[in-house]
Amino acid sequence: MNWTVLGIWLGALLSLSLYSFLYRDNPFYKFAEHLFVGMSAGYWVIYTIKNVLIPNWWDNLVPAEGGMQPIWLIPGFLGLFMILRVVPKLSGLSRMSLSLIVGTGAGLSMTAMLQTNALAQVNGTIIALGQGGGWFDWVSNIIIVTGVVCGLVYFFFSKAHTGIVGRTANVGITILMVAFGASFGYTVMARISLLIGQTQFMLFEWLPTMGIHL
Amino acid sequence: MATFLEKLGNIDRRIIFIMMALAVIIPLSIRMSLPIPIGEGPSKDMYDAVEALPSGSRVLLSFDYDPSTMPELQPMAIALVQHLMTKDIKIVSMALWPMGVSLGNEALIAVSDSLGREEYVDWVNLGYKTGGGVLIVRLGSDIKSVFPVDYDGNPVDDMPVMDGVNKLGDFEMIISLSAGDPGVPAWVMMAGDRYNIPIGGGCTAVSAPQFYPYLSTGQMIGLLGGLKGAADYETMVRIGVENAPAGTATPGMAAQSVAHLVIMIFIILGNISYLAGKKKKGRVK
Repeated sequence: MNWTVLGIWLGALLSLSLYSFLYRDNPFYKFAEHLFVGMSAGYWVIYTIKNVLIPNWWDNLVPAEGGMQPIWLIPGFLGLFMILRVVPKLSGLSRMSLSLIVGTGAGLSMTAMLQTNALAQVNGTIIALGQGGGWFDWVSNIIIVTGVVCGLVYFFFSKAHTGIVGRTANVGITILMVAFGASFGYTVMARISLLIGQTQFMLFEWLPTMGIHL
Repeated sequence: MATFLEKLGNIDRRIIFIMMALAVIIPLSIRMSLPIPIGEGPSKDMYDAVEALPSGSRVLLSFDYDPSTMPELQPMAIALVQHLMTKDIKIVSMALWPMGVSLGNEALIAVSDSLGREEYVDWVNLGYKTGGGVLIVRLGSDIKSVFPVDYDGNPVDDMPVMDGVNKLGDFEMIISLSAGDPGVPAWVMMAGDRYNIPIGGGCTAVSAPQFYPYLSTGQMIGLLGGLKGAADYETMVRIGVENAPAGTATPGMAAQSVAHLVIMIFIILGNISYLAGKKKKGRVK
């Protein structure tokens, strides 16, 4: 049996089953959906054990050259505590693991986040309007500065949005809408890209198995 | 006329699905091709940054995605690897996403075999490690303690490609192909801003707008956004290369353009129908 062809056929039939939902809910869609959920869970368990747990923890706890490294029991127990969430009486232990994760993550990313996503961005907004030289740069720089100021005014709630504040906030919300529109456009492109990828698979991998070459 | 327009606004969604399917299937079936103009932009910046690297430089390539975003990111991976290997740049690859390892391996092996490059001499895949940002910080001080062996279990100390590579600062550039978190933001935050290493990247179209601020502040040197970014890079890499293998992103762009056109037509029709209905209601009042 040619396993590659079998794989292609399974992929194609399951894709068609999933797309059949666009017509209406049906048993083929439900079968494919349940199969996907079950397969994903099973695959991830095995994948995580083989590619995460064994190389990152077990191989350190019991190295190939012999001997045991007891220090690696600590992350082992912390991992075990997370699983104990399913045992109501012992679920409290998972808080120790979670607090370690949250504490480390928050401590590490606090300054980095502030530097990367706040200070550097503020710094990037403080620009000379003529920076760049050409008229396009002038317009771009004016839009950046105006957009930031008006956007911030829109999120300033300590003063009623009336008069000049209201008009500035309106410019801010307009710029936000343009940003959301651009973001939505990219989202549409992403979804169509996935459809294109799957269609390429059906047309150029599945159909040739039936002797149909486009 | 108004009744027709109102009906148009209530068109069965299944007809729209069929139109969208045809808009994608027909251009792909007839191998329709549209020109991809390459001008100034994040894709060109990314290409220029790689092009400016001298031969023998070392680049860290991180495959931070999984099969769900393959149509967008795998063509980028192949085109980038092709560009790097053609320029004889050494690639050290890794992944912040577990499934990224095997997808990256596919791209590396395919291009390496076609160009006659050698594993462990010209490239290596270190594999996946959990930790995201924490992992990147550790790589900043000592890579070989984090990855003592590569994806296949071979000691990295014995590999020529890893000679002189001990920390992130030893790379001329880091490139992350990212489908989410951890990915580009983690590399910018923990490697780019912290160790002052040039960061380039590729991402899904959904996440591209959130990375544009990094480009305008210079925190990123270039960005490939979605299928368009992949097609741009494929086109630039193929320029001047005889018998270069065709990628999958460039043919997909014709279908993408037709699908966008259909969506725009439906949006216009929907708005006309809405306005016609509103006008009719006004008359009744």
